[in-house]
Amino acid sequence: MNNIVNEMTLSFSSRSMNENFARTAVSAFVLPLDPTITELSDIKTAVSEAVTNAVIHGYEYGEGIITVNAKIFDNGRIVIKIKDKGKGIENIPQAMEPLFSTVGGERAGLGFAVMQSFMDKLKVTSKVNCGTCVTMEKYIIRRSRASGDDENP
Amino acid sequence: MKIIYDKKILTAELSGEIDHHSARSIRQALDADIEKYRPKVLVLDFGRVKFMDSSGIGLIMGRYRMMKLIGGTLRIENVPEHLERLIALSGVRQITA
Repeated sequence: MNNIVNEMTLSFSSRSMNENFARTAVSAFVLPLDPTITELSDIKTAVSEAVTNAVIHGYEYGEGIITVNAKIFDNGRIVIKIKDKGKGIENIPQAMEPLFSTVGGERAGLGFAVMQSFMDKLKVTSKVNCGTCVTMEKYIIRRSRASGDDENP
Repeated sequence: MKIIYDKKILTAELSGEIDHHSARSIRQALDADIEKYRPKVLVLDFGRVKFMDSSGIGLIMGRYRMMKLIGGTLRIENVPEHLERLIALSGVRQITA
């Protein structure tokens, strides 16, 4: 049984400027696990994609609250949940198809493909007019002990 | 971002973090110069980009469409190692010169 070592929850307005805030905060939170630059960049990119989806699709640029919860387990597993209470996704498999985009234009339609390929696990649950929850997991191979996780020899 | 126009080549040295929020102003600046100069080649230089998500891919694809419309081509240069996987995943290499 793996125990939670650390946990945090953030709530913020669905403004595009908070895409940067969210990925930077999550990145700072997982830093004590001593991830590689690539692992950290993967997590930041995946968080950025999920938060952007909430801003654009969940709330369609309108007012709303996005919640990010992150848990670190003692085996180096990180679980990140990104939730919105927006319009929800009608057809999840279709939304997750690479290159599918409801808004087109400047959107590549790669958000879920990026989350899927940069993280170890991705789960999407959604209910129309209730919201969407994206759960992502990644294992960080431990090279050093997390701070505050001291062990006696 | 630094934009240089020389010999029908418009070069944009992108920098910092490219996400959905920041892509907007980059796009506006680029499109204004594409309209103004109507270059033969648009070069997007990613050498100084610290972070990019799929919004950056959207930015590339959008500029590709624009260059195609005016009969030009798009080239991407100096892609840092940390962006390689995203670029590969997107397949944009196939549309760039």
